[in-house]
Amino acid sequence: MATGVWLEKLQELIADGAQLVEVLPEAEYADAHLPCAVNIPLKRLDANTARALERGRPIVVYCWDSL
Amino acid sequence: MSPRAACRLETLGCSGVYDYVPGKVDWLAHNLPVEGKDADLVTAGRLAQHDVVMCRLDERVGDVRELILASGYGFGLVTTADGVVLGRLRRSALDGDPKLRAEEVMEPGPSTVRPDTLAGDLAKRLADRELQFAVVTNPEGRLIGVVRRADLERAVSA
Repeated sequence: MATGVWLEKLQELIADGAQLVEVLPEAEYADAHLPCAVNIPLKRLDANTARALERGRPIVVYCWDSL
Repeated sequence: MSPRAACRLETLGCSGVYDYVPGKVDWLAHNLPVEGKDADLVTAGRLAQHDVVMCRLDERVGDVRELILASGYGFGLVTTADGVVLGRLRRSALDGDPKLRAEEVMEPGPSTVRPDTLAGDLAKRLADRELQFAVVTNPEGRLIGVVRRADLERAVSA
């Protein structure tokens, strides 16, 4: 199971080169996203779209909130 | 949504997967930069000023009175050492015994707003309540700054 992180750890991961993935729909990503985040909406997350992510680098996914 | 995405990535063979639990709203509420169409929206955090007088619970009113009166706000904020807002020292609280501690005369738990509050929305809320300032904090209650209604209204009309 993936590790849950909060802001402080997130910033450490970013500093260490983590990849950020926003899993919200495209329109919400277009409005605002974390710097350098890529968009893979949950509904399109599969082996093909996940191929864009580099293996060997941490991956941090996020959506709008914790709900 | 993000826990399911993290789980799905792991089923796809990814390792080192993390879930930023509080999500984008938390990032915005910490006044951190974003990219995208809304990146240039004017928010409370963007207009917050950082010159409000701050003091600790045990500071004497007499030691901060002149600073607060000389500031453009007419109030000061009582915070912890790491900036969590505990109270407000109103002008009216400064006229008593100067040896009293801030803790004894502060108004506890002043209202605060998050930095991602849109300037127009906040300007209207302040106007509706006939307020001139809003205290801006992050989700942990740490002070980001104080925003003036006049600055919000100026930004909205620009």
